Amino acid sequence: MSDAILKVEHMTMRFGGLVAIDDLSFEARRGEITAIIGPNGAGKTTVFNCITGFYKPTTGMLTLTHENGDTFLLERMDDFRIARHAKVSRTFQNIRLFSGMTVLENLLVAQHNHLMRESGFSFMAVLWPRGYRAHEEEAVEKARYWLEKTDLIHRADDPAADLPYGEQRKLEIARAMCADPVLLCLDEPAAGLNPKESDELNRLLLSIREEEGLSILLIEHDMSVVMNISDHIVVLDYGKKISDGDPEFIRNDPKVIAAYLGVEDEEVEELAP
Amino acid sequence: MEYFLQQLINGLTLGSIYGLIAIGYTMVYGIIGMINFAHGDIFMIGAFISLIAFLILMSLGLTFIPLALLIVLIVAMIVTSAYGWTVERLAYRPLRESFRLAPLITAIGMSIFLQNYVQIAQGARVKPLQPVITGGYTIMEKNGFTVQISNIQILIMVLTVALMAIFSWVIAKTPLGRAQRACEQDRVMASLLGVNVDRTISLTFVIGAALAAVAGLMFLLYYGVIDFYIGFIAGIKAFTAAVLGGIGSLPGAMLGGLIIGLIETFWSAYFTIEYKDVAAFSMLAIVLIFLPSGLLGKPEVEKV
Amino acid sequence: MTDATRESAPAGGGKLAEAVKESAMAALLAFVLTSLMLGVRTVDAPGGLGLQYRWHLVIGAMVIVFVGRLLLKLFWWKEDGGAPAAVGAASGRFATLTEPLRKFAAPALVIFAFVLPFLPIADRQIIDIGILVLTYVLLGWGLNVVVGLAGLLDLGYVAFYAVGAYSYALLATHFGLSFWTVLPLAGILAAMWGMILGFPVLRLRGDYLAIVTLAFGEIIRVILLNWVEVTKGPDGISGIPRPSFFGLEFKRFGENTFHNFFGIEYSSMHRIIFLYYIILVLAMITNYVTMRLRRLPVGRAWEAMREDEIACRALGINTTNTKLTAFAIGAFFGGLGGSFFATRQGFISPESFTFIESAIILAIVVLGGMGSQFGVAVAAIAMIGGFELLRNMDWVKGFVESTFGIENFDPNEYRMLIFGLLMVVIMVWKPRGFVGTRMPTIFLGKERKAISGDLVKEGEG
Repeated sequence: MSDAILKVEHMTMRFGGLVAIDDLSFEARRGEITAIIGPNGAGKTTVFNCITGFYKPTTGMLTLTHENGDTFLLERMDDFRIARHAKVSRTFQNIRLFSGMTVLENLLVAQHNHLMRESGFSFMAVLWPRGYRAHEEEAVEKARYWLEKTDLIHRADDPAADLPYGEQRKLEIARAMCADPVLLCLDEPAAGLNPKESDELNRLLLSIREEEGLSILLIEHDMSVVMNISDHIVVLDYGKKISDGDPEFIRNDPKVIAAYLGVEDEEVEELAP
Repeated sequence: MEYFLQQLINGLTLGSIYGLIAIGYTMVYGIIGMINFAHGDIFMIGAFISLIAFLILMSLGLTFIPLALLIVLIVAMIVTSAYGWTVERLAYRPLRESFRLAPLITAIGMSIFLQNYVQIAQGARVKPLQPVITGGYTIMEKNGFTVQISNIQILIMVLTVALMAIFSWVIAKTPLGRAQRACEQDRVMASLLGVNVDRTISLTFVIGAALAAVAGLMFLLYYGVIDFYIGFIAGIKAFTAAVLGGIGSLPGAMLGGLIIGLIETFWSAYFTIEYKDVAAFSMLAIVLIFLPSGLLGKPEVEKV
Repeated sequence: MTDATRESAPAGGGKLAEAVKESAMAALLAFVLTSLMLGVRTVDAPGGLGLQYRWHLVIGAMVIVFVGRLLLKLFWWKEDGGAPAAVGAASGRFATLTEPLRKFAAPALVIFAFVLPFLPIADRQIIDIGILVLTYVLLGWGLNVVVGLAGLLDLGYVAFYAVGAYSYALLATHFGLSFWTVLPLAGILAAMWGMILGFPVLRLRGDYLAIVTLAFGEIIRVILLNWVEVTKGPDGISGIPRPSFFGLEFKRFGENTFHNFFGIEYSSMHRIIFLYYIILVLAMITNYVTMRLRRLPVGRAWEAMREDEIACRALGINTTNTKLTAFAIGAFFGGLGGSFFATRQGFISPESFTFIESAIILAIVVLGGMGSQFGVAVAAIAMIGGFELLRNMDWVKGFVESTFGIENFDPNEYRMLIFGLLMVVIMVWKPRGFVGTRMPTIFLGKERKAISGDLVKEGEG
């Protein structure tokens, strides 16, 4: 069993009077795919937004540990610093691509921080273009690698907005990967995909885990995706964790069944063995 | 203290005028999300129409001032509304579903056009008007300093409060107000539910222009002198007021107007008159930096 | 013509009647609009204002509106009377037409700009207009970085232009620094102001940013106007030194003069042409730097920020710094433009730095097509060049005076009026600007195709 890459401890998030996340604790282990599931409004995306710094949790501690032992306290970091230093990449529930830029440009923007350093914050490269060229080619190669992996290479010069929905989802993942993450957070990557596409997605995610040795945190509604590829599942309902375990355990947990089927609380007691 | 009180009265008067113009900005912004840069010039047109209508009535021999002013008010509101309607129809409606900056540029173009139109039609020289409403009351007298409130100041404040009350009621209770709020929320959905969106937006411009006409008349009566350029600076101040109060909010516009009026007046009274605009604009920047959606605006939650 | 117009051309009786009715309504509206404003003129009279009635103008306006509306209705507008059908189609065709043209047009334009002073048409007036147009091209390109690329709406750009102009004027008149020393300094000072002003306001979004930048522009102008000890207030600063050509001055008499050194006859044109080339080179530098930056990480980040700021932050881009660089670079170019303006005029006063300047520069950027360098240049030529051409049109004067019997008709009065009207008309005609497409900054394949403007966002900042 591997160590935890992300530890969420006693995280609570309040919006005014509304408690969106209530004392949530869980771990995501290195090199595994962890799924967060739950009915609509359970607070899944809020968890993501806290991890990636777009929201600041009201209380709680989020610790990210790199393989070399560096730790980051995510709740104290700005969103872009989390992406940049803690190396957490994410996608969005409602796809956020740079729609007027080409697919390739999208992937180059993802390598911004690396390229900024190599180009002397761009301004040196205005005066001395030569030294930068090799770095840009390298970045294009990396983009090419991910485009081939996601079968988007033939669309490289098309504007991102022209891609069909399924390909936009894949492009967003490719873009997140170009930022060299250690933890990839995917917010409903299979939403709106047809069975064939979601099958492809499964394979892509598994290969990211196998070949890149990446840890993935995933929000998903599509149970076929969740059950097939997750190593570990966390179930939320009304901002609380109601279950946590491997797919087999979750499948048989009466509390999960109750949350999904909308059974009253008393009946849950009865259902429980 | 007396000096302070006097300045307070002056500031509230000026603020009322700004507030009335600001309502036009804030309503238009609320409903179609654009800065109607030409609105300041609509105000200027209102002032000119008032002046011309008043002079015509005088030349026709109407000497009963209250009646004359009432007619002037109505005429100015109608004609200025027509300008507001036409500007929307020609410069904004064709761009309704277009890019955000396009209507901003047409608005600036319209502003330039209207300024020069009035300059050509009426001449570039300032237009003076002898005081129409005179007299006033002395509120207190102390150490040889008198605090006065003139009749025109009373008129401006009363009229502003009355108009505010009427329009708050219109927005809250009438079908027009409901349609307006529906369009603010979601224009497509509103039209699917049978709201005539074009008409609602047109009416918003008409109301805004009518209020600007009132402000124009009051400006004319209060200062007694207008020119084709008054719209620009008053417009910017009023827009500042609308943003300061929280754009999209009617009470916010009024509050913002009063604050800008007070800041300007007090700054001129206690510091330097030259830098009164700097004071007003700095106040705007400071408020926005700490309260990015204005004083009474709804805070914008960033959706991720 | 398009289908819609073909359908409406054989208008039946009912349709005609409807058109007439609508036109009559429009004419009535015209009456309401013009009756008091055009029909009555306030004139100075002893003891107050007098009135002068001019009903012929009102009737004229009504007739024009009636006939114009009727013709539009019958021959131009779509069935349902809404948007002009031909406009959309025409602009679509225009875009495809200009696409291949652009490849050649841009270099052709540059070559033309470089040879212009040697062409036979180049008299002093033409070169002067050229200088003015190029100044606006430079400013447009500078603002394009902020508005077009980074998607930040800046309504106070003229502030940086003013900072550049006053930097040069003050440093030159007080410390005797030369134009060439001050030029980069003025740019850097303007950039610093850009950062100082930018830092607190970049948290704001959309129109809030617009109004605060406008406010800052006004604040700077008011300070220039009132800080009399330094800026001499409304009197302005005069006697600003002219630039020298590697130490050679453009004067009729003196030791180190241009014509003496080259052994040619003195001509006042030398200095004008020299100024022309200065601004041309400055504009070219601006263009080169911007085009380079667009292909570098910071430029891509600007555009990405315009497209989606949240996604940028999720990718680890520090959007505050990225916005600040856009502000600073834009301000830097504005500062260069300002210095040039000061040295060219020899005199500056706060009057040159009003909001209307910001509005014109912004209009050039938007009319040109946001983000397109070529479009901005075209828009600057069309707007400023066209505007200047309106200046000396004596034939219009003669024509109007003889045809309509109006005395003392002065076409110059109408320049701003037409200018404002054109801004509206062009914008309604082409909301995306002259060049509505975006060229990607890099290609994997061989084919180079532009991205339709409909997909490109304009930012919320």
